[in-house]
Amino acid sequence: MFKVEGITQIFGGLTALEDVSFSVAPRSITGIIGPNGAGKTTLFNIVTGLYTQTKGQVYLGGKNISFFEPEILARLGLVRTFQNVELFGQMSVLENVMVGLHTKSKSGIFSCAFKLPGQIKEEKIVRIKAQQWLEFTGLADSADVAACNLPFGKGRLLEISRAMAVEPQIILMDEPAAGLNSRETAGLAELIRKIQALGTTIILVEHDMELVMDVCESIVVLNLGKKLAHGTPREIQENKAVIAAYLGED
Amino acid sequence: MLCKIMMKEKRQILIFALFALIILLVPLFLKGNYFLNVLVFIGINTLLAVALNLLLGYAGQISLGHAAFFGLGAYVSGILTTRFPVDPWLSLLIAAACAATLAFVIGFPILKLKGHYLAMATLGFGIIMYIFFNETVDWTGGPSGLSGIPNLRLGPVIFDNDLNNYYLVWIITLGVMLLSINLSQSRIGRALRAINDSEVAARVMGVNARILKVQIFTVSAFVSAIAGSLYAHTMTFISPTSFGFNFSVELLTMIIIGGLGSIYGSFLGAAILTMLPEFLRVFRDFDIVIYGLMLILITMFMPSGLIGGLEALFKIIAGKIKWSAARNV
Amino acid sequence: MDNSSQLVQYVLSGLSNGAIYALIGFGFAIIHNATGILNFAQGEFVMLGGMFTIFILSFLNLPLAAAIVLAIILSTLVGILFERLAIRPLKNIKPLSLVIITIGASIFIRGAAMLIWGKDTHALPAFSSNNPLYVYGATIMPQHLWIFGITLLIIIVNKLFFSYSILGKAMRACAYNAHAASLVGIDVKIMVLLSFAVSAAIGSMAGIIIAPLTMTSYDVGIMLGIKGFCAVIIGGMSSGLGTVLGGLLLGLLESLGAGYISASYKDAIAFIILLLILFIRPEGLFKQKETQRV
Ligand SMILES: Nc1ncnc2c1ncn2[C@@H]1O[C@H](COP(=O)(O)OP(=O)(O)OP(=O)(O)O)[C@@H](O)[C@H]1O
Ligand SMILES: [Mg+2]
Repeated sequence: MFKVEGITQIFGGLTALEDVSFSVAPRSITGIIGPNGAGKTTLFNIVTGLYTQTKGQVYLGGKNISFFEPEILARLGLVRTFQNVELFGQMSVLENVMVGLHTKSKSGIFSCAFKLPGQIKEEKIVRIKAQQWLEFTGLADSADVAACNLPFGKGRLLEISRAMAVEPQIILMDEPAAGLNSRETAGLAELIRKIQALGTTIILVEHDMELVMDVCESIVVLNLGKKLAHGTPREIQENKAVIAAYLGED
Repeated sequence: MLCKIMMKEKRQILIFALFALIILLVPLFLKGNYFLNVLVFIGINTLLAVALNLLLGYAGQISLGHAAFFGLGAYVSGILTTRFPVDPWLSLLIAAACAATLAFVIGFPILKLKGHYLAMATLGFGIIMYIFFNETVDWTGGPSGLSGIPNLRLGPVIFDNDLNNYYLVWIITLGVMLLSINLSQSRIGRALRAINDSEVAARVMGVNARILKVQIFTVSAFVSAIAGSLYAHTMTFISPTSFGFNFSVELLTMIIIGGLGSIYGSFLGAAILTMLPEFLRVFRDFDIVIYGLMLILITMFMPSGLIGGLEALFKIIAGKIKWSAARNV
Repeated sequence: MDNSSQLVQYVLSGLSNGAIYALIGFGFAIIHNATGILNFAQGEFVMLGGMFTIFILSFLNLPLAAAIVLAIILSTLVGILFERLAIRPLKNIKPLSLVIITIGASIFIRGAAMLIWGKDTHALPAFSSNNPLYVYGATIMPQHLWIFGITLLIIIVNKLFFSYSILGKAMRACAYNAHAASLVGIDVKIMVLLSFAVSAAIGSMAGIIIAPLTMTSYDVGIMLGIKGFCAVIIGGMSSGLGTVLGGLLLGLLESLGAGYISASYKDAIAFIILLLILFIRPEGLFKQKETQRV
């Protein structure tokens, strides 16, 4: 359903990714792990159209989406969250999610400026839907807070709410548990399962092994830009190369 | 929740209605006053400040060349009505369309640039246009200017005195202010603010940042050119000095002082910067020193401008009143 | 003058202007590489160099060399003050705020210069004789030679400073990765301050060596600043050969354009080149494309 093939990314002299291929089953949760600098975020940046890969293809549902722009990908149902939280700080929590619903409405500049009837109706629906997504992630109480004033853990949740508002087929989460306490992390695991239950495919980059082993059905290990292994959590835990390169570090 | 939002919307409509009412009633108290003339300029500058604010305050894209669109509007209107038998109203529309077309064409390459690069590119664009205003003497009259531009007229009403001009300029300005306020509350306004906060995240959420930036740039140029045309037809004389780099900086200063992203702030900034040189003689010599200082100090200490400061003050006072009211019960 | 000597003349004045643009470009690159800021006030340092020298000459009656040294010191002080007062205290370092603050500083300095020295244009005496030399029928002022010589000297010193001195290497380290630099004990704040000082100094020197040829006034900073920016953009934001070539190229095109096409559009030519470069190759003519970090 989702597939990357031979992805290579070279920055100047640095090969950040080299010939990485793997595929992901629909409605599954796939983990991507690897030491710092392994190229996980770079892979996400390529898949979401923010970087232009040196080589390689990306497929979504059989369609070749390599080199598509991020805004097109969002409409095709591919979204992500960011490792360094990228919220719209000056806007309220609710408005952040309403931006996530941007693709679900279509009034242009003209009808917005003149408040044409269609636009008013659309706006109402968007507002209600955004509210519903906040309830889904448990942020409804903070709807009116400015996003920049949100505590860190809730900021991560808002990133997920906003991305889910796009109603994606597939959501890529970049270290959603980084900076969360153990209670928040447990809540996150819960939320990830709830998202899966909606029929969404999930790819999760994460350093929190407990979380990864807990929720993921399959795991891809990257090291120094190369794919080291791909398998079930159990297989990965027993993989010698992975232990040597990665788990051995702890 | 929804109810709260509707209340907020009602309050906004009320505030605007009050503002518009005050603006429309002011001439009754100032009939035949020289001050009315200053108010016409405040209206034109407010229109320009709102236009720049759509671009810089909403979408976060700087322009140091907006005086060029203002100038283009003025010159297209001026040339069409002095050299060709074109009706002033039609010339106003053509002028705005010209500026919008130009903005649309250069918008794609120019708005790919960010931050300082965008600032330099728009500055360069502004200076190129300024050079053209000066050098295409056959058309623009060059440095000595273009005179004899006819007034606008509507049936029997000729816009050739301060009172009529006041209503002409302010009705258009109020209209544009209302549309801009509407825009900021809408899907497009949110998308623009999202681009301002994080363009990358906005794009990932499906906002077509490139197109939207060009659109708002085009709209901004369109409005600036309307202001230029109004300026030409009310002044009846234009010359390049009004459309140079210094005026672009003045516009920037207006919206920074008033408050980035605030439509009423645009009015406040335009009012202050238009009135100061009229009433404070020293200001005329010191103007760019003061603009420079204001830009630095406001950005450092009051990033949301005077409107932001006033709002904070208002909240404190309102809080105090509520508190003492609660205690009295 | 026949055609070929006219061409030589244009090339010569183009190259000498270009050398100045390159120096101004260096100033941009040094601050940009240390801080990520494009200092809009760069052109004002150029103006200050010339104006300070003229002012010191006429009020203190010092010899030219002493006046020049003093003017460079004063301009450098302005650069340092600017960093200390307007850049370092900044808390929210949004790029837009930095753009606006440097624009503010630029017009503030320009306005202050206008108040102090008035709106007149001033001439600085040439460094040595005013007797022109003749080469292939073109006139060279000795000042041209001064410009080429001093520019070359600055380029060499600049290169040596950044390649071999501890301080220069530390500044480069900061430019590359400020956080890592601070971990190895480099004081990043000092380096930022230093970058403003160095680029103010270089900018003012550019202003001083050009002033005898072109005259100067409170408002020469905008045009010179943008042209220097154009040079450094062509050179891909480096304070090296690319920017020198960029400056010379711009100077040449401008002077040939003014000579053969139209003198009144001389400045427009520079800006059209600037826009074209920004539109087509914003990473510079001589540099590989980089992927902007997200
Ligand atoms: N735009 C870029 N230009 C140059 N190098 C880059 C760029 N983006 C990433 N890199 C480099 O690519 C390598 C991989 O970085 P990446 O951010 O993908 O790692 P990561 O696996 O996400 O690490 P972490 O776990 O720390 O988030 C790093 O060496 C990084 O410095
Ligand atoms: Mg990462």
